[in-house]
Amino acid sequence: MSGAREEILARMRRALEGAGEAPVPPREYRRALDAGVDITAMLIDRLVDYKANVHHGLASIPAALAGAKRVVVPADLPAEWRLGGAEFVADEGLSTADLDGMDAVLTGCAAAVAVSGTIMLDTGAAQGRRAITLVPDHHVVVVRAEQIVGHLAEALPMLDRTAPQTWISGPSATSDIELQRVEGVHGPRRLKVVLL
Amino acid sequence: MSTDARIVPAASLIPADAPFPKAAKVALGMPQLRKNLAHATGTIRAKRANVAGELDDWERLRDTASAIKADVQHRLPELAIEFERNATAAGATVHWARDAQEANEIAARIVREAGADEVVKVKSMATQEIELNEHFEAHGLKAFETDLAELIVQLAEDKPSHILVPAIHYNRTQIRDIFTQSMGDAPSGLTDEPAALAEAARLHLRRRFLSAKVAVSGANFAVAETGSLVVVESEGNGRMCLTMPETLISIVGLEKLLPRFGDLEVFMQLLPRSSTGERMNPYTSVWTGSREGDGPRDVHVILLDNGRTGVLADEVGRQALSCIRCSACLNVCPVYERTGGHAYGHVYPGPIGAILAPQLEPGRHDDLPYASSLCGACYEVCPVKINIPEVLVHLRQQGPHEAGEKAAMGAAKAVMARPRLWRAALKAARFGSMPWRRKGFLRRLPWPGSRWTVSRDLPVPPKEDFRDWWKERQR
Repeated sequence: MSGAREEILARMRRALEGAGEAPVPPREYRRALDAGVDITAMLIDRLVDYKANVHHGLASIPAALAGAKRVVVPADLPAEWRLGGAEFVADEGLSTADLDGMDAVLTGCAAAVAVSGTIMLDTGAAQGRRAITLVPDHHVVVVRAEQIVGHLAEALPMLDRTAPQTWISGPSATSDIELQRVEGVHGPRRLKVVLL
Repeated sequence: MSTDARIVPAASLIPADAPFPKAAKVALGMPQLRKNLAHATGTIRAKRANVAGELDDWERLRDTASAIKADVQHRLPELAIEFERNATAAGATVHWARDAQEANEIAARIVREAGADEVVKVKSMATQEIELNEHFEAHGLKAFETDLAELIVQLAEDKPSHILVPAIHYNRTQIRDIFTQSMGDAPSGLTDEPAALAEAARLHLRRRFLSAKVAVSGANFAVAETGSLVVVESEGNGRMCLTMPETLISIVGLEKLLPRFGDLEVFMQLLPRSSTGERMNPYTSVWTGSREGDGPRDVHVILLDNGRTGVLADEVGRQALSCIRCSACLNVCPVYERTGGHAYGHVYPGPIGAILAPQLEPGRHDDLPYASSLCGACYEVCPVKINIPEVLVHLRQQGPHEAGEKAAMGAAKAVMARPRLWRAALKAARFGSMPWRRKGFLRRLPWPGSRWTVSRDLPVPPKEDFRDWWKERQR
């Protein structure tokens, strides 16, 4: 066991004899979008391109839930988001079978990246554990205006780096059949984004 | 509706152990395969070019990615140790495997210790490289592929033919037939609509995901600074495997290390755009050891050498370790587009395979560096700027050369070094090629020239050479 570790490290060191100094990577790429770009409009454009639905304002939550009867929510989901006629079930260690019986899940997020239409979850406030946003077939995610950034490089510092993360860009999809994107495989097949 | 034509796995027709020219010839004789490949690679090329073109700093991102990977290679021992320390502190168990056998044995032992006899799998090139499924099968364990394309290949009892889309050589109708014939629970009246096929895969795997005890994955990136692993996927099968089971085993090639978490801002722009031609893939999972109440409690990482340290030792060849398995080079390669992946006889086909396979397994696959026209399209699209043509030429120089070839080259050198002899030889060639003059190309020469013309045309020597033409002009 440890024999393998020592041997591999020795192989690497031998392989690198005389390899010289490691290069210092240039960092001249873009880290933000140009000033004046409407990042909310760009985020909406990308989400729609992925066939996610976009809703506006807290009042649109019932419409985004689209008749779901049982909706799982993280225990710390703000009370004012629990709108409409659905039964909201707080996740306090629900079993997989219970999760599978839910019609939808309603969460917040940690950040959203306009340029790629990516919603980032890091199990922080109002997000819950990973399984609750995975097993139900319908995910409604609330994005606050201040959580939207233009560029990926601006979003990474907003994440809890060592917490489990899920970066979501549209509903579950596959390109495995003739390399054409088809929405809806194992993850939630409907993704609805509520912008506040 | 159903054609009921039994799908014959392509890999069973194309001899994996045959030299590339022989295997390629078989593949070239399969019109449906060529049609499927041309369609799929054409689609993806257009998508990639579009989304890469959207970023005005694409070339700068490539430069940075290339330099980060070179930096990783130079500091591989320290980064591996840093990764091990941080992953361990976060609750993961880190193992080291010198070769495929050792990695497979460690993985099988963990599965048994978890009290399981089957695993669900996230698509992983590393596990294909070490033939983990075959090892499990031989030791009474079962591995279920969950990526749609891997599932298709597994059900067809075929082998992957592409890094990213292992079933690229099948079209939708063939996939429908494979599902109908081999899935067992395929819906009756299944059509060949991609959405219907995806739905069938969802139903087929759902119960298995929700009840699996152990999952096996690879990783796209391993971040030394935090001890985190990253898996990039589309369908959610990855999320299922990484989240639902109690035990998770990730097999990670040493070259997957990145120094810093922030480096993802470079690679996560390049990878999705280069691979599926999307601005971002639907799902990316990042995890660091284990976390109470969220996901697997028993988290293992197997750091895999399996020939990588040998590649590291070659100053020119080591850049092959920069590969992030996007497969853009396959999609633009005029050779790959026509032969498909099986002809390469290795899990890494196409241009990257032609430089990786012979280095990972020295002495085997010496024919692969010749499976290229050196056109350089692969270098142009490579998101980490691996100079594939440079490595191909380097490997050709290093590889074995037959006595006949050496003699021919020696003779050519002797002639070319003597201007008079050279001019005489040209004249002789012009004279000798008279019978073919009008046809423009020499298509079939007698031996030993046939060794060249069996797979290439030779232009007919021109009526007059440059020197004569120049002399004439000067008058």
